Amino acid sequence: MVALRMKRTNNEADEPSSPVLRFGADKPLKLDAGTLLSPFQIAYKTYGTLNDARSNAILVCHALTGDQHVASTNPVTGKPGWWEVLIGPGKIIDTSRFFVICSNVIGGCLGSTGPATTNPATGKPYGLDLPIITIRDMVRAQLMLVDHFGIEKLFSVLGGSMGGMQVLQWASSFPERVFSALPIATGARHSSQNIAFHEVGRQAVMADPDWHGGKYFEQGKRPEKGLAVARMAAHITYLSEAALHRKFGRNLQDREALTFGFDADFQIESYLRHQGMTFVDRFDANSYLYMTRAMDYFDLAADHGGRLADAFAGTKTRFCLVSFTSDWLFPTEESRSVVHALNAAGASVSFVEIETDRGHDAFLLDEPELFAAINGFIASAARARGLSA
Amino acid sequence: MCQTKGTIMSVNHAQRVDLEVVADLIPPQSRVLDVGSGDGLLLELLQATKQVDGRGMELSQRGVNECVARGLSVIQGDADKDLKFYPDKGFDFVVLSQTLQATRNPKLVLDELLRIGKHAIVSFPNFGHWRVRLSLFLEGRMPVTKDLPYSWYDTPNIHFCTIRDFVNLCEELGATVEKATALDANGQKIGLSMPWWFWNFFGQQAVFLLKR
Repeated sequence: MVALRMKRTNNEADEPSSPVLRFGADKPLKLDAGTLLSPFQIAYKTYGTLNDARSNAILVCHALTGDQHVASTNPVTGKPGWWEVLIGPGKIIDTSRFFVICSNVIGGCLGSTGPATTNPATGKPYGLDLPIITIRDMVRAQLMLVDHFGIEKLFSVLGGSMGGMQVLQWASSFPERVFSALPIATGARHSSQNIAFHEVGRQAVMADPDWHGGKYFEQGKRPEKGLAVARMAAHITYLSEAALHRKFGRNLQDREALTFGFDADFQIESYLRHQGMTFVDRFDANSYLYMTRAMDYFDLAADHGGRLADAFAGTKTRFCLVSFTSDWLFPTEESRSVVHALNAAGASVSFVEIETDRGHDAFLLDEPELFAAINGFIASAARARGLSA
Repeated sequence: MCQTKGTIMSVNHAQRVDLEVVADLIPPQSRVLDVGSGDGLLLELLQATKQVDGRGMELSQRGVNECVARGLSVIQGDADKDLKFYPDKGFDFVVLSQTLQATRNPKLVLDELLRIGKHAIVSFPNFGHWRVRLSLFLEGRMPVTKDLPYSWYDTPNIHFCTIRDFVNLCEELGATVEKATALDANGQKIGLSMPWWFWNFFGQQAVFLLKR
């Protein structure tokens, strides 16, 4: 079973079940680390039809452990796409109207070049031989995909969390290619506390003896325990104290009394263990290291002499930012500082803070106020872009 | 007058006759910032009738969320704190309608409006209106009227002024009054030829177009 699972993950990394765009030696990806990645590949999914004017394309950017399967069944988990509540025929992001593109980020593990991908130079998985990937690298790769479709200007770029970072990077690096931008539950930088949590996760992975310095595939192993612990710790940061208490309280798990041992006495323990265990079935440990590092390195203001407004100077992109009251990973203040920078840059910006106790993960859930805001923003942007309803 | 305008105005016509006066001051295709945009009434009116590039700032998050859901470009913000983030002369018009009296520092806010906008439009309830004077003079009580419905202890309006007070503040800030309109209790414009004291007595609301 373990061997089977390993093989499958490996296969999705090299030969994903979604379309793949391969770039040869003539088209390397320039990395912030100072090297070129070549050859490399991008795995992606599209939904809907690109119109003749190529003006109805929406790029969706996925979060830390997301993938390209945004609006269709995930081939690894068999579960619905991660944003199917929002995207699909007749949904808020209506795929019978818009052409939706979602690609696995560079450094990911579901078909775009990442640490689990076979390094053509060695015939073995890259592991830690892959250079560090940044949010900007991810966006540069996405640009090559967008160019492949001949899309001059994306109607919209949207995403939450790490996806939101990509949205901000898109709007900053390629403003003329982005008509509207929807960064949700995100910030222009990763805070010290966020880096701290990521470091805990990485250390958990690297402390697992099965990690083998990142060369676990060659040993026929995977650092499942370490990755599960990393996921458990991270998962807490995606929720809120209020939501945890509402859902689990101090309820006991399938027992009448405390056992005076270290079993999962409490429901919350059992829940977290389950989250950790299911995560390792679908995600590569090294990829987790690379993804978390990419978020840690993100600091849009630092790239512009410390002045965030300069990251958006002269922008004509229409922005809508969304935050959630109980999100302590990317608190409202992080969004607000982006809003202030956009105001200073004279940008067109809307900003909605949504009251919910569901924490950071609220952006992935059925939140009527979130949907109303996205709907209103997309509808008015579509009118401004001259897209018929 | 187009259909949309009629529909919107009819909703709240009694309280917000000043919006129509404000809208008349703004030429088509202007860049407009509405500070204290509330439920987005003015922005919608301006977009429908003047095709402006309109933005809003509103204190109440509920108001903001409703505006964004209706496709308006609005952010949550505090006129007292958040105007400083906007660049000089970034807008053709900055509008502050029925909000000045609710700010903590009206002088600073007005100064910011004049900095951000090539023109500023300010509308406010006139505390010099005869009904207000009468309430204080005869009853010795803080006035509670149809247009100023709050009691003194729960009012958001902490800095009332009269038309004369406002004109003084404009002078202090070096602002030029380009146009001024006073509306009587029925929402009718008071004749231009009337002297300031007359406006200050019979004007229930005032709308000023300023620049600096």
